[in-house]
Amino acid sequence: MTKWLEDHLPKLMLAPSFVAVLVFVYGFIAWTAWVSLTRSRLLPKYEIEGLIQYERLFASPRWDTALNNLFIFGALFIVIAMALGLLMAILLDQNIRTEGAIRTIYLYPMALSMIVTGTAWKWILNPGLGLEAMVKGWGFERFSFDWLVDPDMAIYTVVIAALWQSSGFVMALFLAGLRSVDGEIIKAAQVDGIPTWRIYTAIIIPSMAPIFLSAFIVLAHLAIKSFDLVIALTGGGPGFATDLPATYMYAMAFSRGDIGQAASSAMVMMAVVFAIVVPYLYSELRAQKDD
Amino acid sequence: MTDLATSPARGQSQSVRILLRWSLYIALGFFVMIYLLPLFVMITTSLKSLEEIRTGDLVALPREVTIDAWLTAWSGACTGIKCEGVRPYFWNSVLIAVPAVAISTLVGAINGYVVAQWRFRGANVIFALMLFGCFIPFQVVLLPMARVLGIIGIAGTIQGLIFVHVVYGIGFTTLFFRNYYVTIPVELTKAAKVDGAGFFRIFWSIFLPLSLPIIVVTVIWQFTQIWNDFLFGVSFSQAGTQPVTVALNNIVNSTTGVKEYNVDMAAAIIAALPTLLVYVVAGKYFIRGLTAGSVKG
Repeated sequence: MTKWLEDHLPKLMLAPSFVAVLVFVYGFIAWTAWVSLTRSRLLPKYEIEGLIQYERLFASPRWDTALNNLFIFGALFIVIAMALGLLMAILLDQNIRTEGAIRTIYLYPMALSMIVTGTAWKWILNPGLGLEAMVKGWGFERFSFDWLVDPDMAIYTVVIAALWQSSGFVMALFLAGLRSVDGEIIKAAQVDGIPTWRIYTAIIIPSMAPIFLSAFIVLAHLAIKSFDLVIALTGGGPGFATDLPATYMYAMAFSRGDIGQAASSAMVMMAVVFAIVVPYLYSELRAQKDD
Repeated sequence: MTDLATSPARGQSQSVRILLRWSLYIALGFFVMIYLLPLFVMITTSLKSLEEIRTGDLVALPREVTIDAWLTAWSGACTGIKCEGVRPYFWNSVLIAVPAVAISTLVGAINGYVVAQWRFRGANVIFALMLFGCFIPFQVVLLPMARVLGIIGIAGTIQGLIFVHVVYGIGFTTLFFRNYYVTIPVELTKAAKVDGAGFFRIFWSIFLPLSLPIIVVTVIWQFTQIWNDFLFGVSFSQAGTQPVTVALNNIVNSTTGVKEYNVDMAAAIIAALPTLLVYVVAGKYFIRGLTAGSVKG
């Protein structure tokens, strides 16, 4: 008996976590998938009715706005964060004496809660007393910056706040990438008299392709999951103008009492995440095996 | 290290180089300002009176420093009906974060140790399944979790939130420890086994003493995640058990009475202080966790 226990102890130690993951991740996904195929409203029902919830979902103008917003927000957030991150990393990579301090400052927003970030930017961007009022106070009476309360522009304030929060992190990723490029090749290029900007565009940046991919995955993942920032900054408003899939799901689940819609929107979110993450994880795990 | 700056390309004159150097510092300084501006505005706003906020400039320093807003934010601001400030919710967050961080780190250490050093058949599949769990959007588990918490009888409690954070933290903590222990040769474990040491003895006397850096990384990562969490907090708490992020959001969005921006800012800084402090003290480990959690994941 003791011998058996001794032999199986590693398995026994891993078992509770394994069961927990099976139930609370995979079992729960299955539950949500199931319920998304029913007519559940306030309480879950378990008779499968087909794709009725998904039909309702894609017929809903609010969901339409949420998806559109996700594409606008996601595209701008990912592209600008990568561009800014790369720019800051290259600037910081020029033997800056105070590099440590500057890096710390670029990265600290990452330690903050999105709720804190949203609260701060809500105050800065509020037209009455924030930036707009300040610039007006400087004598530019006609200056207007009221994106926060403009239904057409509010989603861009979410982009601004999200960039402030996360671009420093992208910078850190790229900086690590720049430092891992083979110094010998760069020296050789310099000896040949190739201008610095050519060294970047022709040698360094192309060799960082894996880092671009990682940054893309991380940022896309952040974008799809974005919830707290919208809640704190705009509350999804004005109206539903800044709804994202995550806030739509939450509203359906906890304030509208529409479990079917909540489940189907969650499943769509998961499909989007999977479409991005699965190929990446697959290639990563395969690369590890090849090593 | 790409040494581009020390050996500039040929043909550049001294003055061009100085000019480039200056514009480099100006650009870096510009970004520094952008990153610090919101923090600066938060701090100065929290130290102003409402009167001064209405009449003054967003970025102006306070003419008269007052800590009234901080006192109100800590113990008097209203979150809906109750007006007790963020203090009780701050302690809720502590009560949630401390056990959840401790348990998930311990479980992750054991899991990582098993997966990396006791490679039985199927261990890698289990690890892959756990890893995958790190990436799901949590919206997909919110509804069933709400029901399960109700069934176990811990819905709306601190214990319920601890439970949720532990369950969904295991993936990352296991990943951290597994990637750390995998660099330690398996021969070490094998030799110890030959010498008669058991599973726990090897963990306790060989692996744990080596683990300080990864424990720090994991604790910081988990603490930051759990302290800053809003989705689980808002979904699975009720009046009285909300974490500080939820209370902050309620204070900022409460519609009763005059909008007290200085109190909002003070409350936001209070909610941010623990993770900011961790970042300032142990930034190196924080960044290591970020990159390990995202790149290797």
